[in-house]
Amino acid sequence: MNIIETKGLTKVYHENGNEVIAIDDINLSFEQGEFTAVVGPSGSGKTTFLNMVGGIDSPTSGEIRIDSINISKLKSSKLIDFRMRNIGFVFQSYNLIPVLTARENVEFIMFLQRRSAEERSKRSNELLNAVGLGDRMDSRPAKLSGGQQQRVAVARALASRPKFILADEPTANLDSKAAEKLLDIMEKLNHDENITFIFSTHDPRVVKKARRVITLVDGKVASDEKK
Amino acid sequence: MKEQNKKFKLTIPQSLKLLPFGEAGWGLFSLSWKNIWRNKTRSLIIIFAIVFGIIGGVGIIAFMNGLIFQRLEMAIGNEVSNIQIHNSHFQSNKELNDTIFNITRLTSVLDTSKKIKAYSIRLKSVTMINSANSGEGIMLNGIDPEKEKKVTRIYKYIKAGNYFQDKRKNGIVISEKLAQKLKIRMRSKVVVTMQSSSGNITNAAFKVIGIYLTSNSTFDGHNAYVRKSDLAAVVGFGSQAAHEIAISVYDDKETEMLVSSLKSTFKNDKIIIESWSDIMPELGLLNGVMDYMLYIFMSIIFLALSFGIINTMLMAVMDRVREIGMLMAVGMNKTKIFLMIMLETILLMLTGSFVGLVLSFAMVNFFKKYGIDLSKFASGMSGFGFSSTVYPFLETASYLKIIIMVILAGIISSIFPARKALMLNPSEAIRKL
Repeated sequence: MNIIETKGLTKVYHENGNEVIAIDDINLSFEQGEFTAVVGPSGSGKTTFLNMVGGIDSPTSGEIRIDSINISKLKSSKLIDFRMRNIGFVFQSYNLIPVLTARENVEFIMFLQRRSAEERSKRSNELLNAVGLGDRMDSRPAKLSGGQQQRVAVARALASRPKFILADEPTANLDSKAAEKLLDIMEKLNHDENITFIFSTHDPRVVKKARRVITLVDGKVASDEKK
Repeated sequence: MKEQNKKFKLTIPQSLKLLPFGEAGWGLFSLSWKNIWRNKTRSLIIIFAIVFGIIGGVGIIAFMNGLIFQRLEMAIGNEVSNIQIHNSHFQSNKELNDTIFNITRLTSVLDTSKKIKAYSIRLKSVTMINSANSGEGIMLNGIDPEKEKKVTRIYKYIKAGNYFQDKRKNGIVISEKLAQKLKIRMRSKVVVTMQSSSGNITNAAFKVIGIYLTSNSTFDGHNAYVRKSDLAAVVGFGSQAAHEIAISVYDDKETEMLVSSLKSTFKNDKIIIESWSDIMPELGLLNGVMDYMLYIFMSIIFLALSFGIINTMLMAVMDRVREIGMLMAVGMNKTKIFLMIMLETILLMLTGSFVGLVLSFAMVNFFKKYGIDLSKFASGMSGFGFSSTVYPFLETASYLKIIIMVILAGIISSIFPARKALMLNPSEAIRKL
């Protein structure tokens, strides 16, 4: 069953009087448990596509359905709530809250969801152990390496039990060892818990691990290969 | 990035988590508190600015409170008392024959009032007082010293001699200023010249038995005291004649009510009953204005501080564009983002205000006990009736009012930076370098 469907998805930017078509009539669907890489040259629309699927950018035309809900029709407040409960994000620059510890960063989403302290504690322990940071839970981001911070970001993305995780260039700022470790963890989570991952990436290591590779060129789907 | 100093960690006690805020509210509160200390230098600069602003504002207001309160105390305690009663014509011309009628009836009513502490019946005469060297126009007050002591405190300001303990006739108590003008001292002889009840000019010799000094040099220069019986004998009045009844009450807050009540009782009598604020409206105005001075001063200080705070918070928001974008992306709604920025602003201001108020409280109480010595400016201040040692004070309620003003200023100052945060586009913000 498809958890994500896009139909005629188009995004046009207007800059200095010029029209820039970032995404042009994309029709794609994603099933539960996919491990998909969206690749393409710079400016091909990978990040724009991910932002629209994540609901943090709105399409010019077309629709995005997540679990049959057309998120492009949702009001702003409902969309924010929908994102919180259904979508996890991993960013290129980790974007952890620097004043919170690793545990508090993971718990923060659950705070927003008004989960109990017990549930938050249990879930954050579970997730940080799953990403191999059980011994660094009380460290602030400044005390963690880039790879460790990104793993905290993955744990945070999983905290709200999302339907899928969108990862925009998650390995771009990591050295090869850290990148490998991160990808191994994500692959394990995908395999063991059937968590859907959709990557926007230039990294060949991500492409190698992905079971589906979608190539975008000039905002259009150039190819869509399942391994 | 340096790790945040752990001493700024805020732990919410379990009991407080039961408050309506809920866990999410306290999470936001805790996050806001930690965010303040991200850039310690920036936050401390603002906090110190607030501390000094509050110390300055509280200091000025407490000083003015002390100045005005002391002036009021002196005016009521030495000069006009709480209430005065005169013949309805007396105050305009100070004519000798404009005495109070029905004094017995008046005093019988005053005797029954539980609100009245004491009263003093006076004869007053506009007089020329002359020494061998000089002369001066003054108001000569004929008093019953024992009753007068219950209404005014001039007897406490005797610097030389005594306050009518000398039982000999025709003793006069004058001020130090008058003594200097007349170039006289204790035991000196003076001649007082005035109009008698028959309209003729009369004079009499008095001996200086006491010299007083208050903080109001203007009052001192124009007032001297003799026994009522001595003055009555000079002007040709009987013992019951009086120009003025000065009344002291237990609680000044009841003065106006008592004045209304007395006016109602004596509405058909040809007398005028006035409170101290009727007689000295400028003091009444000063007293009334002080209530607003706190708001005016602190509003000006907070307005000036607000610009710095808005700037600081704007910088804090711009430094965190990516983070705010992330928060929006992961599901933090606009209300919570707005609240977070607002809480940061309020907490910053409350921190500075708390320190400022504690230091102000200590400072005010220290000077309240020991006084601020302004003897350098004594002559100028006494010309206006102000004491040269000021004991500042501020009521506890005023500190609470300042805290409320701080919170309001924090809310207002947070609006612009918070709106800036809300206008961020998450997809653009996340990608900011």
